[in-house]
Amino acid sequence: MKKSSAKKRQPKTSRSDFFILRLYIAGQTPNSIAAITNLKKICEEKLHGKYCIEVVDLLEKPQLAKGDQIIAIPTLVRRLPPPVKKIIGNLSRTESVIVGLDLQPAR
Amino acid sequence: MSSAKAKPKVGRTSLAKTPTGIQGLDEITGGGLPKGRVTLVCGKAGCGKSLLAMEFLMHGAVQYGEPGVCMDFEETEEKLTANVASLGFDLRELSKRKKLLVDYVSIERNQIAETGEYNLDGLFIRLAHAVKAIKAKRVVLDSVEALFSGIADSAILRSELRRVFRWLEDQKLTAIVTGEAGTHTLTRHGLEEYIADCVISLDHRVTEQISTRRLRIVKYRGTSHGTDEYPFLIDEDGISVLPITSLLLTHEALTDRVSTGIPALDEMMEGKGFFRGSSVLVTGTAGTGKSSVAANFARAACARGEVCLYFTFEESPSQILRNMRSVGLDLERWVNKRLLHFNAMRPTSTGLEGHLAVIHRLISQLRPSVVVIDPITNLISASGSYDVKSMLMRLVDFLKVQQITSMFTNLTFAGDPQERTAAAVSSLMDTWIVLRDSKPNGRPRRELYVLKSRGMSHSREARELIVSEKGLELGTVLRDHAQATTVEGTSAVAATE
Repeated sequence: MKKSSAKKRQPKTSRSDFFILRLYIAGQTPNSIAAITNLKKICEEKLHGKYCIEVVDLLEKPQLAKGDQIIAIPTLVRRLPPPVKKIIGNLSRTESVIVGLDLQPAR
Repeated sequence: MSSAKAKPKVGRTSLAKTPTGIQGLDEITGGGLPKGRVTLVCGKAGCGKSLLAMEFLMHGAVQYGEPGVCMDFEETEEKLTANVASLGFDLRELSKRKKLLVDYVSIERNQIAETGEYNLDGLFIRLAHAVKAIKAKRVVLDSVEALFSGIADSAILRSELRRVFRWLEDQKLTAIVTGEAGTHTLTRHGLEEYIADCVISLDHRVTEQISTRRLRIVKYRGTSHGTDEYPFLIDEDGISVLPITSLLLTHEALTDRVSTGIPALDEMMEGKGFFRGSSVLVTGTAGTGKSSVAANFARAACARGEVCLYFTFEESPSQILRNMRSVGLDLERWVNKRLLHFNAMRPTSTGLEGHLAVIHRLISQLRPSVVVIDPITNLISASGSYDVKSMLMRLVDFLKVQQITSMFTNLTFAGDPQERTAAAVSSLMDTWIVLRDSKPNGRPRRELYVLKSRGMSHSREARELIVSEKGLELGTVLRDHAQATTVEGTSAVAATE
């Protein structure tokens, strides 16, 4: 099975425009694949490389659902910079993603 | 004669059942909830649905060896632990022993932004993970309505809920789902449409300042269930539902006899006293000695080594002990020997159903062979306009099925003809003893006579009741009591003086 935990290692920085986003999926379903694709696209366009995407597959690690209180799949959690924000869906509605996660990097 | 207990009908299409362990509920449902299916429990806030669901899990874990999972959408861990502790269960302990697992699912109050298609696989995964972790056999989802405030797309939510219910059944888990009552529908969001097998509705209403709780089985496929509402009580032991009693009048008529405790009265009843398992009514105006008659009856039972439960609604147990000592009756020794148990309550402390639930519970715990209820007068009046007869009938029926000999005292009012006690009551009674004051020729006197006693040729005499510190005695025969209702001072009365 395709390894689904993909971490892009980025130099640690405390600057407030560095985003750490965690995407929860449940197996390689069409929605989940779409979400990963859409997310990468949005991040490239809006965050100009200042981001890190963690993909958590709950089918492999079900115990991680509790921590962020996940019930819907896919769910995207903005972990950094604070505040924590959460949105659900396959991220096809780009505007909702940007607004929901407040993805405008700090100027 | 066939057994009076309602046995669940076992047919080819009837469902297997999972016992809930909740007092009275398993009787009403003929064994419990449908095994491996989803049951919906609905009701307004505070009606007891979460409690019922948690008790189902607790008993499952502790009594039936079935670990349980609770997906809790409403309460926090602290609140749930505290609520459960108030029932005498230790949530943390059970979790440690892997008998119970609670997953607190917190739903955002404001709906989360939706950016495209999604489903509720996260919920599924958490549920499946929890079930697998402790090999659960029981599941509670409490309360599913909370999901509707967090998830904007109710079409997705509904279809996912249907999927959850099907999953639960596929996994052969017996589940309870709680739902909030709607104004025109059973549940606010119409969940009852998705639950095929069993729906239970809880109600909590306040009538004339007395609160009563009722449970109703709205639907139970494959089981013939009563459509009545059953009263229930919530106390420190949890929920008690008043059990169904056989409506078929098939309880056995016993032929054993038990002494009344007053030898002369036994003589008036073929020399043997009451039939065991019969119901006895003792009526009289104030001060005629009803409680003394009841106390003698209780004493006689204890002297035989039998357990007697004495429910008192007017006097405190210590008052009764003191009063009876003054008529030569030492009840305290039977209390000390734990054969005589008093239970005192104010009639207005709860509704009639509440009293009956307490009576049922104590009877199951103490297994008496004799029960005294002294008096029932205020219970009848405390229930207001409610249908007293059906409640009393349930009680009397229950006592007969348990083969308990019962005695009820009732106050009648001076001026009323003796026989006009609440008609609702007397027809349920096998034996009716009347006490009354009379003043023939100006001398006050108490009388006792047996107005009726089914199944035996009882004396029709009225005798004088003499109460002293030596106890109760029956004196001279006064007359045939059929003439007792005639005006005082007739020649028949004068002749016996």
